[in-house]
Amino acid sequence: MSESVPLTILIADDTDSDRLILEAIVKKEGHRVVSVCDGQEAISAFIAERPDMVLLDALMPRLDGFGAARKIKELAGQELVPIIFLTSLTDTESLVHCLDAGGDDFLSKPYNRVILKAKIKSFSRMREMHNEVQIQRDQIASHNDHLMQEQTIAKQVFDNIAHTGCLDAANVNYFLSPLAVFNGDVIVAAIRPSGSMMVLLGDFTGHGLPAAIGAMPLASSFYGMVQKGFSMVDILREVNQKLKQILPIGVFCCATIVDMNFVKKKIKIWNGGLPDGYVHRAATGEVETIKSTHLPLGVLDDMSFRDDCQHIEMELGDRLYMWSDGIIESRNGSGDMFGEERLRALFDSKKQAEPVFDRILNSVHEYAEGERDDDLSLIELTMVEPAEVINTNLDYEPQRYGGLLEWALDLELKPSTFRMFDPLPLLLNILVEVPGLRSHSGNLYTILAELYSNALEHGVLGLDSSWKQTPEGFARYYDERKKRVDALEGGFVRFKLDHEVEGDGGTLNIRVTDSGPGFEHQRNINNSHKAEGYSGRGIPLIRTLCDSLRYIGVGNQVEVIFKWDADD
Amino acid sequence: MTGPVDTETLSMLKEVMEDDFSELITTFLDDAASRVGQLPSLLEQGDAKALRLCAHSLKGSSSNLGAIVFSDLCFEIESRANDNQLEEIEGYIERIEQEFLRVKSALEKLL
Repeated sequence: MSESVPLTILIADDTDSDRLILEAIVKKEGHRVVSVCDGQEAISAFIAERPDMVLLDALMPRLDGFGAARKIKELAGQELVPIIFLTSLTDTESLVHCLDAGGDDFLSKPYNRVILKAKIKSFSRMREMHNEVQIQRDQIASHNDHLMQEQTIAKQVFDNIAHTGCLDAANVNYFLSPLAVFNGDVIVAAIRPSGSMMVLLGDFTGHGLPAAIGAMPLASSFYGMVQKGFSMVDILREVNQKLKQILPIGVFCCATIVDMNFVKKKIKIWNGGLPDGYVHRAATGEVETIKSTHLPLGVLDDMSFRDDCQHIEMELGDRLYMWSDGIIESRNGSGDMFGEERLRALFDSKKQAEPVFDRILNSVHEYAEGERDDDLSLIELTMVEPAEVINTNLDYEPQRYGGLLEWALDLELKPSTFRMFDPLPLLLNILVEVPGLRSHSGNLYTILAELYSNALEHGVLGLDSSWKQTPEGFARYYDERKKRVDALEGGFVRFKLDHEVEGDGGTLNIRVTDSGPGFEHQRNINNSHKAEGYSGRGIPLIRTLCDSLRYIGVGNQVEVIFKWDADD
Repeated sequence: MTGPVDTETLSMLKEVMEDDFSELITTFLDDAASRVGQLPSLLEQGDAKALRLCAHSLKGSSSNLGAIVFSDLCFEIESRANDNQLEEIEGYIERIEQEFLRVKSALEKLL
């Protein structure tokens, strides 16, 4: 039975009768034969015909089988061209010589047709497999190239986003491998308009592009919001929410974020999932640890997210250290980890003049004994005087905040609007465009809602809130409310909002005026406990939420003053 | 005593070679006659290496034709030449020449 795929087989044998027999056997198996009588001709024939397989007599005149085999293997290059030595040499030394010369197998004399057929079949299969493997190898290499290209581009994009940072400030010392973003590590740092410095060290799960993907929205949110004056908590929440939305389950970002205030000499710090941060006291040499007390970013939804921070005072010269787990998990040649104890011990030794930062890097480098050790990220922040931290950011705009700063708004609502429109979301939307008010949106909503409901229901519609004491009265109240709104022909509620920037913060002035007759507020103005006259206007509550509240004129106008501070 | 040529081998060859069977026989006989003829002079010259190669080649080609006895004799010469024991070779050459006649006679019958 012949092979399914006809091959071209080169036969080189100097004995005519032997060659004739081989030719006949191979042809009978369905293959094409190229036949020569010595080594030199074998090489020429190989070049001319590029056969799939070679049967080579070991001992031939001119160039013998060994020499021919070497040359043919060289010519074949990457291709697998099996060479079968024809020999009745049986001593081991000769056989080894055949293999060394490039032989893949032997066929001894007398030639056995069945054995030759088996060898041809087996080598043919091997050749096919070899070809396939090469094709796949080339595909893999090509895909790998693409991946590398994609990573290069991704890195460029990331660098463009991250370049606005202040990592070159005088009080900052950091180590981050150039390809760190593909290890999932990211450091972003910027100076807030108020002059304090905000720094975030993040460690995304995973490697490669998936790890880098999260760093983009993190960096862009961070830099965008810091520039606009948003607080650390605002930024934390925003980044957490974004990451929760976009990252798949199981992918998250361990992070530590710190707001360093050089005027007040204190820091606000939040650690979710990273190793302990260290505060190294210049005076005593002691170390305080800042433990992770939160889940990493991207795990919890906004409602469950905890943004409570630790507040720590730092003297001039005190240093804050933050690192990813790369240092602790560095391994030496035996596979042992560097570990937290070794790291902690580096802070104790007073003997060296070598700064701690360098000490850490050098120790890890030595410990790793030449193993890859660029997977670590480390940042050191020193508490300095405010003047030393000048904002060298060229993109810094003259105004202190992007967003609403000094403005006033006048909105009057008339009867047709009362029926169908709730002005509160609109007003709140405008208010949160003032960066400093955003974190107070909950309280502002409560204040506005209460003032609006008072103005409309008590002022314009003249409803009596004492009805709301009983369940039936409640239903009656809202029934009556609807009736009166529908029947209303005149009346208004006016909102006047005024916002000014003041120092590091601002003042919001809210005035709500209604067309009603007012009420007797004078007697009760200092009585914060009595509800009478206020008739359930919820004033005691509002008093706790704002800086001041007063009624003007006959009581149909209320003014609330709300202040905010950049330190929030 | 075994015949000079193995009949099974020959019938296998006949099947493989088909019409070229005769050509094979004559080619072998010519080549073998020539090599057998070279043996005495090579021995006289004391050329152990050439003797070895000649005997080796003969051994291979004759085995392919089923001439087992002949092939074994060639091996005897080949290994002695390899060990440089040229003294004993003369005797073998005689025996080879005789065996060759028998092989030739058997093969020519098949032409």
